[in-house]
Amino acid sequence: MTGNRAQAAIVGVAETDFYKGSELGPFGLMIEAARGALDDAGLEAGDIDGLLPPPWYTSAEELAATLGIEDLSYSVTTSMGGASPTASLQTAAMAVSSGAASTVLIVIGWNGYSFLRPREGIEAPRHSIIVTSALDSAADFLIPHGAIVPAQFYALIAMRHKQLYGIEDTDTGHVALAMRRHAQLHDKAMMKGRELTMEEYLDSPYISEPFRRLDCCQESDSAAAVIVTSMERARDLKQRPAAIIGAAQGRPYPADDIANRRDPFHIGLSDAAPRALAEAGLRVTDIDVFGIYDCFTYVVLLQLEALGLCGRGESGAFVRDGRLELGGQCPTNTHGGLLSQGHTWGLNHTVEAVRQLRHERGKAQVTGAELALVTGWGEFGDGSLAVLAGM
Amino acid sequence: MAGEISYPVPAPSPPGLNGQWYGWLGKGELRFQRCVACSVWRHPPRLLCAECGSDEWDWTRSGGHGRLFSWTVSHRAPDPSFAAVVPYAVVVVEMDEGPRLVCSVRDISNEELRLDLAVEIGIAPGRKGGALPYARPLG
Repeated sequence: MTGNRAQAAIVGVAETDFYKGSELGPFGLMIEAARGALDDAGLEAGDIDGLLPPPWYTSAEELAATLGIEDLSYSVTTSMGGASPTASLQTAAMAVSSGAASTVLIVIGWNGYSFLRPREGIEAPRHSIIVTSALDSAADFLIPHGAIVPAQFYALIAMRHKQLYGIEDTDTGHVALAMRRHAQLHDKAMMKGRELTMEEYLDSPYISEPFRRLDCCQESDSAAAVIVTSMERARDLKQRPAAIIGAAQGRPYPADDIANRRDPFHIGLSDAAPRALAEAGLRVTDIDVFGIYDCFTYVVLLQLEALGLCGRGESGAFVRDGRLELGGQCPTNTHGGLLSQGHTWGLNHTVEAVRQLRHERGKAQVTGAELALVTGWGEFGDGSLAVLAGM
Repeated sequence: MAGEISYPVPAPSPPGLNGQWYGWLGKGELRFQRCVACSVWRHPPRLLCAECGSDEWDWTRSGGHGRLFSWTVSHRAPDPSFAAVVPYAVVVVEMDEGPRLVCSVRDISNEELRLDLAVEIGIAPGRKGGALPYARPLG
């Protein structure tokens, strides 16, 4: 596919606010984000002929009928949990470069806060989540012992890594602090106005060791949407295009069982990163701004190693000295990330990357940003990434 | 250390091969699939041997010994069933035969958890029948 991807670009992005208790259900939020992205691109719903819905809460049919997409020529859903939206950037680029569709809408949304705290009068979604055999594996072999939620699943990977490589508590703290600092520079960020010190981080109670409460991301009701079209068409639209110059997905082996991997730190991104970077013809050190899926601080450390930014076991040392912060070597999640902006399954990372490449981010702008990299992490360590270039 | 997990949840009785694995456990026997063709042990159960592709296997009895591969100690109970036992450990045990097993612990304090700690697998009844594995100190 080398060369084909550069024929596709992101031309519209939008996100809703990040709510703790939205009046809208997931579908309503997704429609709001989709309309926002169309507006951002200067397109109308009738211009969309490709739809990549999330693996939950809606369908291509429902989205098309509601938005008014009469001629839907291509639709597919990727089931990689949190890695799905970033994987969809690759699918969108392939759809556009192959001619299966000319303009593709990626949308995702959920009630990440409200589904745990249902309120009267707020409609529950009619469609549930499409699950894979990872859930069977959890139901049969993890949940009976009290390992029920992702924090506990991923802690089983993180604890061994921490013990083997001597990752310090303050190392994950540096990840949390960097995201929190960046959130101060984004008006929609849930943690704007709530700065964080290392002392507060270390005082934060454990959820499931080694994860403290402040290692865990926000729970938000939110949605985001991204529109991808051909490079040729993108040049005629109103925004500076962000070309998709490399994209890939990958899975740990076996993907549906977290305990029986020959190498527990070989995650989906370990395979996906070299594929996408080779396609882009770049080294990871060429990237100006990073969006790294940060459902948990430790998941960022694992991905830094998988990306090749540092060696196995070196991610703790790597994040010291502000390396992930604005002004640092690898400015990461300049919107605050899932940890401090809100949790829109990482599509908010793509929204931010595109705005960085448009040089729209004011005080949070990475000076002269021309290359961005966005990752996804989902299920038991599935990975996806996309390399974007300002054009 | 808080109270031991006396299996506040029912043991699962899933369909298919996973159910067969629990069936053996319910009889007090820890068994894993072992490929007839290449002798490699595997867990969780699968229809084919991923090493050689064979669809023939025996449910072979494990010696029950292994070492701690990883763990987490949960201080919050995501399900009320576990609220009485926080903070509780969930561990990954690498069996001497190769497969890794996720289970709880007995007679090992959370402070004693460390990589490569030698353990043996015991079998405890679930709340409403069936059985679940746990790790205890070897000896």
